[in-house]
Amino acid sequence: MVSLSLRETGEYRRMNQMTQPSITNEVSPKKSVTVEEPAADGYQTVGEVRCKSPFIVAENVDVYYGDNHAIKHVTLEIAKNQVIALIGPSGCGKSTFLRCLNRMNDSIDSARVTGRITLDGQDIYSKDLDPVVLRARVGMVFQKPNPFPKSIYDNVAYGPRIHGLANDRAELDDIVHTSLERAGLLKEVKNRLDEPGTGLSGGQQQRLCIARTIAVNPEVILMDEPCSALDPIATARIEDLMDELSEDYAIVIVTHSMQQAARVSRRVAYFHLGHLIEVDETNKIFTNPRHKLTEDYVTGRIG
Amino acid sequence: MVSGNPSSRARVEAGLGKRRRREIIFRSFGLAATLVGIFFLVAFFWTLIAKGASAFAQTFVQLDIEFAEEALAPGGELDLEFADFDSIARTALRTKFPEVTSRNDRRELNRLISVGAGYQIRESIIQNPELLGKTVAMQVPAAANVDMLIKGNIDRNVPADQRPLSDQQIHWIDALVADGSLVKKFNKALFVNGDSREPELAGIRGALMGSFYMLVITIALAFPIGAAAAVYLEEFATKNRWADLIEVNINNLAAVPSIVFGLLGLAVFINWIGIPRSAPLVGGLVLSLLTLPVIIIAARAAIKAVPPSIREAAFGLGASKMQVMFHHVLPLALPGMLTGAIIGMSRALGESAPLLMIGMVAFIVDVPASISDPATALPVQIYLWADSPERAFAERTSAAIIILLGFLLLMNLAAVIMRRKVERRW
Ligand SMILES: Nc1ncnc2c1ncn2[C@@H]1O[C@H](COP(=O)(O)OP(=O)(O)OP(=O)(O)O)[C@@H](O)[C@H]1O
Ligand SMILES: [Mg+2]
Repeated sequence: MVSLSLRETGEYRRMNQMTQPSITNEVSPKKSVTVEEPAADGYQTVGEVRCKSPFIVAENVDVYYGDNHAIKHVTLEIAKNQVIALIGPSGCGKSTFLRCLNRMNDSIDSARVTGRITLDGQDIYSKDLDPVVLRARVGMVFQKPNPFPKSIYDNVAYGPRIHGLANDRAELDDIVHTSLERAGLLKEVKNRLDEPGTGLSGGQQQRLCIARTIAVNPEVILMDEPCSALDPIATARIEDLMDELSEDYAIVIVTHSMQQAARVSRRVAYFHLGHLIEVDETNKIFTNPRHKLTEDYVTGRIG
Repeated sequence: MVSGNPSSRARVEAGLGKRRRREIIFRSFGLAATLVGIFFLVAFFWTLIAKGASAFAQTFVQLDIEFAEEALAPGGELDLEFADFDSIARTALRTKFPEVTSRNDRRELNRLISVGAGYQIRESIIQNPELLGKTVAMQVPAAANVDMLIKGNIDRNVPADQRPLSDQQIHWIDALVADGSLVKKFNKALFVNGDSREPELAGIRGALMGSFYMLVITIALAFPIGAAAAVYLEEFATKNRWADLIEVNINNLAAVPSIVFGLLGLAVFINWIGIPRSAPLVGGLVLSLLTLPVIIIAARAAIKAVPPSIREAAFGLGASKMQVMFHHVLPLALPGMLTGAIIGMSRALGESAPLLMIGMVAFIVDVPASISDPATALPVQIYLWADSPERAFAERTSAAIIILLGFLLLMNLAAVIMRRKVERRW
């Protein structure tokens, strides 16, 4: 009964289109491309994958989970001092790509990464690079706030402690305070630094996680849907924070909110079923997408 | 859309009664099961306490003991080797009954006091040699049968040939009761003595120490080894066919009958390595093997239960595997690991079958002073006493069970307190 009523609405057809895209497979060199489903290999990303003075360069990256080809031949350059947003329908590989950049996929037994990713010219998958060092340079904020079951202070101090960034207690105090300050949380928690970090509200916890990440003083911050569990006010706070942080860091953010991508990012990359379909300046993606899939997605027809 | 439909609402409501009935039936089953469990538990404790509580008190005879020189110092000086301590106790009892003269009667009268009386007199004179030649009022242990009669465990109304006390003996006991010479005191012997053939002298100190030594060895070996194995299997071992094989084997090992571990201990530790039989050392090693799988399984479950988001957070900050393990995973898994260890320890404390195989079932009087002295264990002691024909051992068996349960309770209490300490409530 339910599916029948769905079939009558446009809902069903839209879902259908998503799983079984239609067949027109002609690539036109003009601005408006009408390709629906990219060929398995050798797909050429539309737009501008290169950028001026790139800090992270991903060349022909493929990721497999066992037999599942989750990222297909993605090439993308990311510069410092700007925010790049990764968007795309659920399951298209945004998180997978993000996790390649700090080798978090290492801990998944079935995951296999090929291609080349360099950070400031250095191959991050080379044997002589310790992932510990990489992750100190490339910090990560997760979708769900995940503070340690320790005090607020210890949460922020953990990174500096394990990397030996502070020489004494005063220095550590200073790092903790500035990190909390920059994450916009200091005012709220100043008087209860020894209380558990898990006792904060969801938005505060997420800002605590951001403070924890920037306490290590990384060069890149990866954020996987950092605001998906937050209300609009907390979201706005974190977006402001990203704006501020982008002055010093390269920020890569995965988001499902087009508005958020439009607000915070300089560039946008659109993923679809493991392919990087289109990359460009944010306003170009949203006002004048060149690929049909991008256009469908940003105008809300899929996803 | 669908829920707004009045006809479907009517259907939901029509089915409601049935659903509620099912719920009530399910709940009453659960309640009944719980009540049955509680009933058996109460019955168990009640019979145990009813039978065993009396063993914590013991009957003593109040006697004027004369530390006579002719008995204690035949050569003019105190001579422990040739002194006749028993005769002193007997003489003291006989002065209460001057009318008893025939040899047979005297022998019967003598049977009313325990051989422990002689030991007690010996101890007092050793501790205080000034007593020689003096007369002191002392309370010496009565024979087990006297104790049983006083406690009502021997029925005086059955024919004389069906009870261990003659009519005359009962008459004397009544006389002793009448002049207030029989007193009940706390049964210290039960806690400070080793095993004995005489029920009134038998204590569980030996078994208690044996169990204690074994548990210390077990926890000292099984917990660190089990925890390390669990950490390795969970965090470091690559997941392949070998890991699966090990996993299956560990799970099977947890279900292997304990007597098999006893056979293994006999073959490896005693026959091959040459550790002496009956020693708590062997027992502890065998019990370690026995509890190891339980501890590994519980520890692995506890490690698995640590939320992956915590690991990710730590890895994301650049923590190494070791740091993630020791800073985050282990502190969170520790309460669960401790619970597993305590479950393993409780099982080890209650095991008797493997101990039979390694000779810890012998009759051992001396309290073991080290892990290589021969010893028994609490459950084995219970088995030994339950097997003894004397009426007085029956109540001691129950008392030993109560002590074993008390020991268990204490261990679990310690575990709860320890868990509270390490558990973080945030
Ligand atoms: N740990 C994993 N093991 C196996 N397959 C995985 C794993 N994580 C992701 N995948 C698969 O990889 C593909 C991409 O997943 P990914 O999580 O990157 O998607 P996503 O774009 O982040 O989706 P969402 O927007 O829902 O978070 C999916 O097909 C998913 O099933
Ligand atoms: Mg994702």
